[in-house]
Amino acid sequence: MPADVTAEMAAGIAAGAGERGARRAAALRVGLPAAALVVMLSVIFAMQPRAMSYFGLSVLLNFTLPAIFAAMAQMAVIAVGDIDLGIGPFLSLVNCIAATLLATRPLFGWLALAALVAAYAGMGALIHVRRLPSIVVTLGASFVWLGLALLVLPSPGGAPPGWLPALFAWQPPFVPLPVLASILLAALGQFLLMHTSYGVVLRGIGGHPRAIARAGWSLLAGRMALYALAGASGVIAGLALTGLNTAGDATVGAQYTLTSIAAVIVGGGEFVGGIVTPLGTVIGAWIMLLAGSLLSFLNISTDWQLSVQGGILIVVLGLRALNRWSAA
Amino acid sequence: MKLGKCLVVGAALSLALMGSPARAGDTSTAKDGIALSNSYAGNGWRQQMLKMWGLASKDAIKRGVIARTKVVNADNSAPQQASQIGDLTLQGWKAIVIDAASPTALNGVIQQACSAHIVVVVFDSLATAPCAYKVAYNYVNMGLMEANYVAKRLGGKGNVLEVRGIAGTSVDHDIHRGIVEGFAKYPGIKLVGSVHGNWTQSIAQKEVAGILPTLPKVAAVVTQGGDGYGTYEAFKAAGRPTPLIIMGNRQDELALWKKLASAPGGYRTFSLSSAPGVSSIAFWVAQRILAGAKVPKTVNVPLLVIMSKDLDAWLKAVPPGGVSTPLYSQQWTERLMAANLAHTAPPPSPVPTSMP
Repeated sequence: MPADVTAEMAAGIAAGAGERGARRAAALRVGLPAAALVVMLSVIFAMQPRAMSYFGLSVLLNFTLPAIFAAMAQMAVIAVGDIDLGIGPFLSLVNCIAATLLATRPLFGWLALAALVAAYAGMGALIHVRRLPSIVVTLGASFVWLGLALLVLPSPGGAPPGWLPALFAWQPPFVPLPVLASILLAALGQFLLMHTSYGVVLRGIGGHPRAIARAGWSLLAGRMALYALAGASGVIAGLALTGLNTAGDATVGAQYTLTSIAAVIVGGGEFVGGIVTPLGTVIGAWIMLLAGSLLSFLNISTDWQLSVQGGILIVVLGLRALNRWSAA
Repeated sequence: MKLGKCLVVGAALSLALMGSPARAGDTSTAKDGIALSNSYAGNGWRQQMLKMWGLASKDAIKRGVIARTKVVNADNSAPQQASQIGDLTLQGWKAIVIDAASPTALNGVIQQACSAHIVVVVFDSLATAPCAYKVAYNYVNMGLMEANYVAKRLGGKGNVLEVRGIAGTSVDHDIHRGIVEGFAKYPGIKLVGSVHGNWTQSIAQKEVAGILPTLPKVAAVVTQGGDGYGTYEAFKAAGRPTPLIIMGNRQDELALWKKLASAPGGYRTFSLSSAPGVSSIAFWVAQRILAGAKVPKTVNVPLLVIMSKDLDAWLKAVPPGGVSTPLYSQQWTERLMAANLAHTAPPPSPVPTSMP
């Protein structure tokens, strides 16, 4: 691991040239995807000026809320050096609960959702205590989520409680809800994870577990906290999805597993642990979301969509490797 | 019939723009574009459906009826299809025709499109949004037709095996309901077993082979299409006599029917299914709405039924691995809509033409 990354982990320990390097690396990490997003939006607006209006943005960014919260959930797990292959089916499960229990027996529904967050924390504990690879545990969990979703709602249908669609159809003045929510979520995440002392500890668990343990923090508690955060974000993402769909479907979330991972990585995160930024993650989620629309506006067949999303990932990782090589 | 916001807006728009009464072919749609949003392109039925859309739209563009078309496919994912419909909404298409990934999950974006004065037509796999026009098959009727035919052929007495489609879908649910309702009138008919063949020959074969050892003599099998050939193979492998199997318009099923009928002793059955060419009906329905014609909110499409006298003609027209379907013309669609408005019998299915 290069020196600048170390400095970024243990803020205050490193000084001088290392810190400047860290600042530059961090700026590039978010700056690159931000620039890419600006380019994408410019192309879309140039091709279709009516996308620039309040209505246009609302339509274009319709499914932003589930995407950014799913990406945030994935970010919490990647922050600790793990990966979550079950977040997509988890969203489906929340969707099914929200379209059935939450409407028919609200108290029971909320309890079920709380239990899901607890299950995520438990998954974190299991991975930590038994030293299991997260990729196996979360993949196994994904089948549990799917099975439960099918139990709750065997065929598409159901209806969420009335306040849920209303909440996500809310039209705030001047700024469309997806934009407003993205800004707030990025700001909140950025503050909690980058500017509070426990945020530094949480990131440190991924990057430098030994240093954190030596400083007297519980690694178990930290991992559980991050997994609980992932579970809570996943629940919000699932509720947002339900609000937009206005119904339940046990397979609806499947694509979010891969797009959420891609969003974190495109947004400047790395698999090694400890290196993630909430702001970058939100930008990454926007990029993955708009990739399909961009193709559509450029009149390129949708059959290319998955390839292009994969291509973006490879280009981003390639550019980052180049940047690291030139900095060294 | 109560007309929705879309029709009112659409009709008002075209009347305001053209200032001419809505008569077939009179109001020009020559500058309009009609887009297709398809939830899934990964099976033979859908491929043929896309081909039929291509034929209908290309013909319309060549004749100057519409200006352009576009097809977007989602990967069986409702959120993905929803954002694609959002994109189409922004791109200024006059009409969006949808084969939906979910009966409910697209309702939000469909409502948005309607609010932007876009004509929305759903077909095949429907969405329930009230502002959308629906081009629908009556699948309960499909089950009823099968049950009545079987009951008549068996003389009201005998054991029947039911091969069903994908569990949890509305199509499977409706066909099953029709079958149960149809047999309710015949106490001598017993449904002795039921398996899910998922409209796929290999799965049907496996499932039927699994349940056969537990069954008494089976006189007939009611199916949902795409499962007749597999069912036959399972009976053959078990050394059982071939029962009366209802076919589902797939090429392999029609070829099997032909082979059995040509053998000594003969074989009588009939074949029915939805036709992938329904995309061409949906296309013309969208065009008629844009042209300001009076269109029912729900257009019921008759199933494609093949009786033995038509077997050779259809078998010649359907490519290997394909599904039988006519290409429905603008005139035929107009007659169908007129029949729907007047509550009379639909026009007879167009004769098969060989597929390009």
